[in-house]
Amino acid sequence: MTHDTYGLKYFKKKQDTVLVQLYGSWEVSGDRRPALDALISLHEKTSLRRVEFDTGKLSAWNSGLLTFLLNIHAFCASHDIEMARNGLPNGVERILALALAVPENKDAHRAPTKTPLVDRVGAWALGQVDAGLEMAGFIGEVFAACLNMIRGAARFRLTDFLLFLQQCGSQALPIVSLISLLVGLILAFVGAVQLQMFGAQIYVANLVGLAMAREMGAMMAGIIMAGRTGAAFAAQLGTMQVNEEIDAFKTMGIDPVEFLVLPRMLALVVMMPLLCVYADLLGIAGGALVSIGMLDISAVEYYNQTKASLTLTHLGVGVFKSAVFGVLVAIAGCLRGMQCGRSSSAVGDAATSAVVTGIVFIIVSDALMTIVFTIIGI
Amino acid sequence: MQKIAPKIGVRDLTMAYGDFVIQRDLTFEIAAGDIFIIMGGSGCGKSTLLRHLVGLKAPAKGRVCYGSISFWEAPPLEQEKIMRSFGVLYQSGALWSSLTLSENVSLPLKEFSNYSDVQIRELVSLKLSLVGLAGFENFYPSEISGGMQKRAGLARAMALDPEILFFDEPSAGLDPVSARRLDDLIIELRDSLGATVVIVTHELASIFSIGNNSVFLDPETRTMIAAGNPNTLLAECEHPTVRSFLTRGEETE
Repeated sequence: MTHDTYGLKYFKKKQDTVLVQLYGSWEVSGDRRPALDALISLHEKTSLRRVEFDTGKLSAWNSGLLTFLLNIHAFCASHDIEMARNGLPNGVERILALALAVPENKDAHRAPTKTPLVDRVGAWALGQVDAGLEMAGFIGEVFAACLNMIRGAARFRLTDFLLFLQQCGSQALPIVSLISLLVGLILAFVGAVQLQMFGAQIYVANLVGLAMAREMGAMMAGIIMAGRTGAAFAAQLGTMQVNEEIDAFKTMGIDPVEFLVLPRMLALVVMMPLLCVYADLLGIAGGALVSIGMLDISAVEYYNQTKASLTLTHLGVGVFKSAVFGVLVAIAGCLRGMQCGRSSSAVGDAATSAVVTGIVFIIVSDALMTIVFTIIGI
Repeated sequence: MQKIAPKIGVRDLTMAYGDFVIQRDLTFEIAAGDIFIIMGGSGCGKSTLLRHLVGLKAPAKGRVCYGSISFWEAPPLEQEKIMRSFGVLYQSGALWSSLTLSENVSLPLKEFSNYSDVQIRELVSLKLSLVGLAGFENFYPSEISGGMQKRAGLARAMALDPEILFFDEPSAGLDPVSARRLDDLIIELRDSLGATVVIVTHELASIFSIGNNSVFLDPETRTMIAAGNPNTLLAECEHPTVRSFLTRGEETE
């Protein structure tokens, strides 16, 4: 054992006394478990009454030695063995005394609580009800703020509104362009394979035009805005919640819903229909690329076919949907931001939750609207 | 607008988050012109009490009265009117990060007063120079230091010449000289504007130099265990927890 850089040896001094000789540099990390086990087995063979230390050859130590000694202390205390600490270096002895000075606070330990399954299901259900009520309350507040605005009494800054217009309008154009062009392309491919079998590839124009105008333009723009702008709204408002800025609005007598939520929502409601029309056009362009390049349809043919199949009603349906999505994305983003807790991780959760809520809102409301439009025959 | 008597009465106030009671049975009064200190160890609910006083959190039980009006039983319009007579300085300053300092201070003026733009600009300059931030009008909060943010927050809190000023740990994070200057400023505001001041703090130097009334919240028993002038408390209070707090642990039980 002497060739080791550090370690310890046990010497039996008397029948019931053991001397622990620590040597070398105890700064290196290593498994101290075997050393402790050796002491335990020693105690099992001949029951010990006293442990002493000799640290004459100990060259260096750090907290690793302290934890080892604390383990020995715990073992000694539980087996009624006296631990003579006076053989330890002065610093070690003092820090050990400090660590042992305040007894462990048993109350501070959090017992892992076990709740029965029924309780947990019940708590979850009640939580869902609360969340629903909270959302309804928020929507009510937004509605009241809208009424205030119509009466011309809402307070928010025009510059904020213009900034949000820019953020969720022109700055979103590149990503909307890319996604909607590709979606149009994909739709055309999917349709082309089937329609070519009947020699009816010209109807790719109908398929792409209708799908983009009625559904995909609005939905793609909505989902992009949920991921881009909804998350940004939640993070902005969440950070303001953490910084007590929202409290400052409240105590100042300024309604944060009017001042913060309203301009964001208005900007999205104004911009979403425009983005939707833009996405429709690019989607149709994507379909045209495939048709012209692969299906031997001329640009004029494609244009005429699209024009014949698309009516203003179809475009109107998509534009209406996109305005609804704009409201929903803004509500989801702002709601999660306002509900945000007071920590940095809560801001991340708020942003995540805003995107999830926004996308769920979009898909569910789209399904509902599609059903209603089909029934009333638009 | 009818003048609200700046006198705060708290009766049997119990504060709780859900089932978890933070403090119970708080009863004390803050007279007009007081510099009232809310003190106590960390985590005893000082800031929560402040949130109850400024109308951000409804009490689980009990009342907070402003003059003769019980705040939480008053109709919303009345509540809004009372809240408008407050100026609140939050722990972190809580400046609106998307606005410049001058916009931060001018926003309440624009919303709640009839001053012209020129008058508002002059008022903003005045408030910022009072806290030693003249010339920083067009800086954003993220561009100035923490201590400056706090002072700018004070300028905003003073914008509407409030009757009651609330401070949440005003000197936390300030160097000793700035903290001292803030204390002087608080006294100056009380004397010159006749404001009532409520301060949450555990800064002993401030407590003794500016406070003339106080309440001590105890985290163990979850209620108030002492009230009155801090200097009197230091001289006369027998409670070991209060003594230990006020003497910085030098006189422990």
